[in-house]
Amino acid sequence: MALQFSPSGISARKLKKSVRPAGTQIIVKTLIELEVNTVFGYTGAAVLPLFDELYKAGSLNMTEKSINKKQGSQIIVDTLVEQGVETMFGYLGGVVLPLFDKLYDAPIRFIIPRHEQGGAHMADAYARATGKVGVVVATSGPGACNLTTGLATAMMDSVPIVALTGQVRTELIGNDAFQEADTTGITRPVTKHNVIVKNANDLQQTLREAFYIARTGRPGPVLIDIPVDVSISEAETLPPGPINLPGYKLQTHGHARQIAMSAKAINESQRPVLYIGGGVIAANAAEELRALAAKANLPCTMTLMGLGAYDQTLPGSLDMLGMHGSAYANYAVQECDLLIAVGARFDDRVTGKLKTFAPKAKIVHIDIDPASISKNVQVDVPVVGDAKCVLAELTKLVEHRPRSEWFARIAEWKARYPLRYDENTSTLKPQYVIEQICKKAGGEAIIATGVGQHQMWAAQFYKHRHPRHFITSGGLGTMGFGLPAAIGAQIACPDKTVIDIDGDSSFNMTMTELSTAVMYELPIKVAILNNGYMGMVRQWQQLFYNKRYSYSFLKNPDFAKVAEALGAVGMTITEKSQVCDAIDKMLAEKKPCVVDFHIEREENVWPMVPAGKSLDEMSGLDIFESMA
Amino acid sequence: MRHIISTLVQNKPGVLAHVAGMFAARAFNIDSLAVGRTDDPTLSRMTIVVLGDDRVVEQVRKQLAKIIDVVKVQDFSPKDIIARDLMLISVSCCPEKRPEVFALAEMFDAKIVDIGQKFVMVEISGTEDRLETFVDMCRPYGIKNTVRTGTVAMARLNRPEKNEL
Repeated sequence: MALQFSPSGISARKLKKSVRPAGTQIIVKTLIELEVNTVFGYTGAAVLPLFDELYKAGSLNMTEKSINKKQGSQIIVDTLVEQGVETMFGYLGGVVLPLFDKLYDAPIRFIIPRHEQGGAHMADAYARATGKVGVVVATSGPGACNLTTGLATAMMDSVPIVALTGQVRTELIGNDAFQEADTTGITRPVTKHNVIVKNANDLQQTLREAFYIARTGRPGPVLIDIPVDVSISEAETLPPGPINLPGYKLQTHGHARQIAMSAKAINESQRPVLYIGGGVIAANAAEELRALAAKANLPCTMTLMGLGAYDQTLPGSLDMLGMHGSAYANYAVQECDLLIAVGARFDDRVTGKLKTFAPKAKIVHIDIDPASISKNVQVDVPVVGDAKCVLAELTKLVEHRPRSEWFARIAEWKARYPLRYDENTSTLKPQYVIEQICKKAGGEAIIATGVGQHQMWAAQFYKHRHPRHFITSGGLGTMGFGLPAAIGAQIACPDKTVIDIDGDSSFNMTMTELSTAVMYELPIKVAILNNGYMGMVRQWQQLFYNKRYSYSFLKNPDFAKVAEALGAVGMTITEKSQVCDAIDKMLAEKKPCVVDFHIEREENVWPMVPAGKSLDEMSGLDIFESMA
Repeated sequence: MRHIISTLVQNKPGVLAHVAGMFAARAFNIDSLAVGRTDDPTLSRMTIVVLGDDRVVEQVRKQLAKIIDVVKVQDFSPKDIIARDLMLISVSCCPEKRPEVFALAEMFDAKIVDIGQKFVMVEISGTEDRLETFVDMCRPYGIKNTVRTGTVAMARLNRPEKNEL
């Protein structure tokens, strides 16, 4: 096994090179190759390195039983490697020191954030960008508590994460020991599964199960809490075997009859709409979706989490639906006679008033999680299964229909209510910044966001083309997600352009992670759409609280100077005419780069379906029409 | 509506907390919950009485099944099951009232399990209704204390088996 060091402050490229073996290692390796199994001699200072190496080699030749005995922390590291983990995120602390001691020699790249929450978001974004399981480590007590926001974010958006937390010694549990918290108790509602391992012999199997549970079915975070005495005691290791979880049954292939019923409904429909959620991306089913939409001639709308599943530059794209969705998507949903939901969960931000959601439609719902089906909206044809398998089967059974009337109607809506903003003002509009970023990055960049107005504009005005390229906290709406997410994505995809489109208040929450980006020399870009407000909160106060802007503004620092002080590049843009140059510079920059765009302060996100209203009761359409 | 949900779970620490936590987090109402080991030491049985309409109960069933340590979930419809509750009840009973209370207990197939100077303790099992009726009948004497296990239930044996018996 090639050894790798991962000391802090070393760039990705340097890290990838393996450290060359020491001379003593070569000696011992050669002895083993020559089938020498006994060596005679006496130790002394000058030969200590050799004896150190012989000691390791000797342990290989002990009886089989003792070969397989390893320290708990070594078992953890070996199992992580066995599960294909190449990169981990996390923060040190007293009770995870045994694990970090073993990580020092492990062929795993370790990224230290500035705060455990950042680490959890990085692991989350790493998983979203690659589809692999993200791994994060934290110490007991405060470390574990700081993970919870990240775990809840991943849980709501079905992202596979394995979180390892240290715990105080088994005999101290429940005694209010130093840095003790009931980690499994605290994280139970925000994880797909969690376990405390009280016996080192259970460690290996529990870890394997954790990875299996995290990445299969509807993915989600799994936490394993490991008391420090468990990670230092020795246990037997076993080769990987089948996973036996009697309470965890997966249904990946949809029921053939249900799929046939769905196909029949599609073939018979006059006004169908595909309603695509993040499940299609999680299942790596974007290609299958596009094939289905093309073959059956179906228009396609996406949720915030589904953006990228369908190419928004294709004519069949209705863009995003819901509270800040496009008017044409929302009208199409309200008018359709068949709604085909795939990997979506009828969230309140999507449906608006439930009773009047898609009132004329028969509903087909394809989802891997049976509990998602008929949870909010009663479904006519449920199909439980993996989107990739089900969509592929479904495509075989559907037939092409022209539906020219329906597409003409959609075209009419598109022409009448395109997503718009006032392009003729001299002020700096946030939508303009995003359009320019989209133009220059060409839809090929990975976009991360915080939460709020800028997130909605990034969803609306950036044309999303590829799955796993839009990394945003949809379900939980975690402000501060953007920067650590961009870092996680950049680490996962070193050759990609990664841009965090952020808000000033969101950025403020986790901007300490800029140091992480500097330390690992990550060329991430941060475009702050700075309106000096908690913009979305201010918008709601304007619309629903009589413009009483109660505590919704912050005195921001000079973000460009903060960036410079932390070792990144900083720019401040106040004029519309500077935007294009600034974006060019930002995209060309090799260092982390923060561009602070001072945008029009009271710009609103339109259209908007006010909470509790039907999708066709959008506000802001008059504003669109006045701009036409 | 009352639904009896019978759940087989892994006999591991934290499972009860997980199930109870899920009910609280999703705002489902538990009327009663009975937990005990099964003949298989790795499994426990939870019998949960839930209040809610069919849609809520369907969600309860699905959310229970989603918990990794929950092995099996059955939603019993009331007519297909044998359901029982066990109750201990201390009834105020001076010596001269004893014959009356004993007769009452006998009528309900209940057992006198302890006796004191002023109270008798009665053990009774049966359907919830039966237990409620018994409590009502004891009320005139004065009730000191009651304790109930919550409903446990098992599916009725199917007909062919019955005929064989």
